[in-house]
Amino acid sequence: MTTIAPGIADNTVNDPSRRAPLVIGRQTPATVTEQVCRIAERPRPPLAWYVAFTVAASFTAIFFLLIGYLIVTGIGVWGNNRPVFWAFDIINFVFWVGIGHAGTLISAILFLFRQRWRTSINRAAEAMTIFAVICAATFPGIHIGRVWLAYWLAPYPNQMSIWPNFRSPLLWDVFAVSTYGTISALFWYLGMVPDLATLRDRATTRLRQFLYGLFALGWRGSARQWHVYERAYLLLAALATPLVLSVHSVVSFDFAVSVVPGWHTTIFPPYFVVGAIFSGFAMVVTLMVPARAFFGLKELVTLRHLENICKIILVTGLIVGYAYATEFFVAWYSGSPYEMFAFLNRATGPYAWAYWTMVSCNVLAPQLFWFRSWRTTPWKMFIVAILVNIGMWFERFVIIVISLSRDYLPSNWGYYKPTWVDILMLMGSFGLFFTLFLLFCRYLPMVAMAEVKVVLPHQPHAAGSEAQSG
Amino acid sequence: MGDPEKQPGDAEASSALAGVLAEFASAEALVEAAAAVRAAGYRRWDCHSPFPVHGIDRAMGIRFTPLPWLVFAAGLTGAIVALLLQWWTNGVDYPLLISGKPLFGLPANIAVAFELIILFAGITAFVGCLALNQLPRFAHPLLRSERFRRATTDAMFISIEAADPQFDAAATPQWLQSLGATAVELCYEPVAGRAIPRPLLMAVVVLASLAVLPPLLIARARLVKSTEPRIHIITDMAFQPKYKMQAESPLFADGRAMRPPVPGAIADGQLQDDDHRYRGKLPDGRFATTFPMPLTEALMRRGQERFNIYCAVCHGLAGMGDGIIPQRTTARGKPWLPVSLHELSVRSQPVGQLFNTITNGIRTMPAYASQIPVEDRWAIILYVRALQRSRAATLDDVPAELRDKIR
Repeated sequence: MTTIAPGIADNTVNDPSRRAPLVIGRQTPATVTEQVCRIAERPRPPLAWYVAFTVAASFTAIFFLLIGYLIVTGIGVWGNNRPVFWAFDIINFVFWVGIGHAGTLISAILFLFRQRWRTSINRAAEAMTIFAVICAATFPGIHIGRVWLAYWLAPYPNQMSIWPNFRSPLLWDVFAVSTYGTISALFWYLGMVPDLATLRDRATTRLRQFLYGLFALGWRGSARQWHVYERAYLLLAALATPLVLSVHSVVSFDFAVSVVPGWHTTIFPPYFVVGAIFSGFAMVVTLMVPARAFFGLKELVTLRHLENICKIILVTGLIVGYAYATEFFVAWYSGSPYEMFAFLNRATGPYAWAYWTMVSCNVLAPQLFWFRSWRTTPWKMFIVAILVNIGMWFERFVIIVISLSRDYLPSNWGYYKPTWVDILMLMGSFGLFFTLFLLFCRYLPMVAMAEVKVVLPHQPHAAGSEAQSG
Repeated sequence: MGDPEKQPGDAEASSALAGVLAEFASAEALVEAAAAVRAAGYRRWDCHSPFPVHGIDRAMGIRFTPLPWLVFAAGLTGAIVALLLQWWTNGVDYPLLISGKPLFGLPANIAVAFELIILFAGITAFVGCLALNQLPRFAHPLLRSERFRRATTDAMFISIEAADPQFDAAATPQWLQSLGATAVELCYEPVAGRAIPRPLLMAVVVLASLAVLPPLLIARARLVKSTEPRIHIITDMAFQPKYKMQAESPLFADGRAMRPPVPGAIADGQLQDDDHRYRGKLPDGRFATTFPMPLTEALMRRGQERFNIYCAVCHGLAGMGDGIIPQRTTARGKPWLPVSLHELSVRSQPVGQLFNTITNGIRTMPAYASQIPVEDRWAIILYVRALQRSRAATLDDVPAELRDKIR
């Protein structure tokens, strides 16, 4: 329960005698509502929003045009070829799915751990998850070549009398990512219903009243409804927690269940999950640092929130570094010449530049967060977060491309080069992600108001129409 | 004091009293008042707040929701469905044999099962939450109140429905005031609901009738046989603009896509332009008297082997005409005897004529061209000559160094 001393500007100070406040300024439910709803209600967003949206939307347009080009022409427009048959397409898929996991962790896992500071960021983080899953799902969809036959992945009775192969991790992936997208969307939407009701009740135009009212489902804030709602929220959080662990484990099985050296290791499921959380939290920083500045949410998404995120980035970064070391150790300890070569090749072979980029971005860069100024200064942590994003993309590149380019048969070795389509599609997926996120910022409640109101510090106050939280 | 009564609703529809709404200043006040309302015996009432208030469940006596049980049941269903699906599709209906892996095994099938557990349970949690909360419900008397709009921002309310047996339009609002409410108002709802507009009704009826058509068409398609091929929406490479065997073609007079070979066309390896070798003839048409290949012991041995296979059944192992077939025909009383190869008429034939006999047959002997390749025929002829020499040899035929050894 948070207590006392609202109005401290810097809540990153750790005072053992009292808990640091989670919101700054004399916040009441009314001011919280005002701060958050104002973003969606103002007739014109700040100019920065328009600039960002234009750039993002252009990249989204490029993305969709290139998808059309790919489907009409074929996978040959990418650089995928023998022996590197999986390249940017699968790298991007794993990258985006991984980013999505941080949102679920903030929403579900931190909820189960009763970390009340999550309330300021969980809405935006869950939105990030949904949009990341959308970006992720496009890549396996388009990389199959004959996209119009994608329905063959589903177990439906057909004239060929055949069923999908349930022993393949690629099919487990279909179920896992679909489930993840569905559950994340349901969780996100359920969480938004009370806040959409807030926007409905404050709406000034008929259109807004109708749309927000439609999606608010007629929510009345009834205590009986809150009771069931709280139960459902807890159940969804409890379900989403093993889900997020299982989804990225299943994604890692795409590699671990094969026999390619460098892939076929039991460390992959935990390694991938931690890496996903690592990259996802870095993306949260990338999104929230500018968002809180441009949308005036500094008192709700405080420096303490950002510092907590940085601490998690540091911890997961250390675990990822430990995983790298473990992989090397086990490759040596196994005595398998293929495994040993695979790892030496990563560090010293033709792709060594990618490997060392990955190590410096993932292992070295987060160490800056040992220093207090780096984890409490927004522009500094933004730089580190960008480096982590880059590093985690390169980690997937290292795993996928380097292992495939040189596996068992030297006569089959080859060097992979991405084509312009590969690179532009990667940028285009970022465009799609940011377009959706910017639209979310503009039209939907960015902060979970109902949840923040629960964690507001209790203020003894004279009677009046301003209500206080308990 | 209560606000002046509002009369929302359409001009045509009359309004009825739906209940009373009382606002409270703080969460603590709300909880206290809720306990009092419950103690007073009200049944149809509720509290409203912008966030869940601590302690309100107990004060109101809200019973635990059955949602967790529904979710558990759904998860269990998901597990059973997933395991049955995988077992039946991959293990029974079309067993997929993949590198010796078991047709059904938990290590392979647990992933999908787990995901479906979560999917079923999660969807049930969501749908169950809405259903148990009776959402969506867009029309509610409380939503017509201006003051109530702050319920989602920062205000706390208690509402008591007029349908509650203890409700009294005059007493209840006053009593709520006494509990510490900062504002009390009465809420109304329209008595007569609006009629559904006729055009909308017509549109729904038309759409519903049209919606019946696709299932009927599908049912018909499943029952009726057709001579047309199935509809291919995406043809891929199933229909290619090329002519296949036995197909019609409008390009040629005989209408055939398959063209016969040009007269005089010879298959690869079938040229056989060497008359001596392939027909045993000299250029002037007479039978050849020499062999078209060098004579070696290997050729002789080959000829012996092939003679014993193909020729000895009728001509006998020594060429006497006493093979097992003539023996049987004789034993059956209708002798069918080949000529002995040692007869002068056969011995005097040139090798080319012997070749012609093997190739094309003679009298009742069938043609052996299809069974014996050309080289083997010459080998057999060489062996036949050896057999013939064996019965018609003179001392001059014996090499000098072996003459002493003759008994």
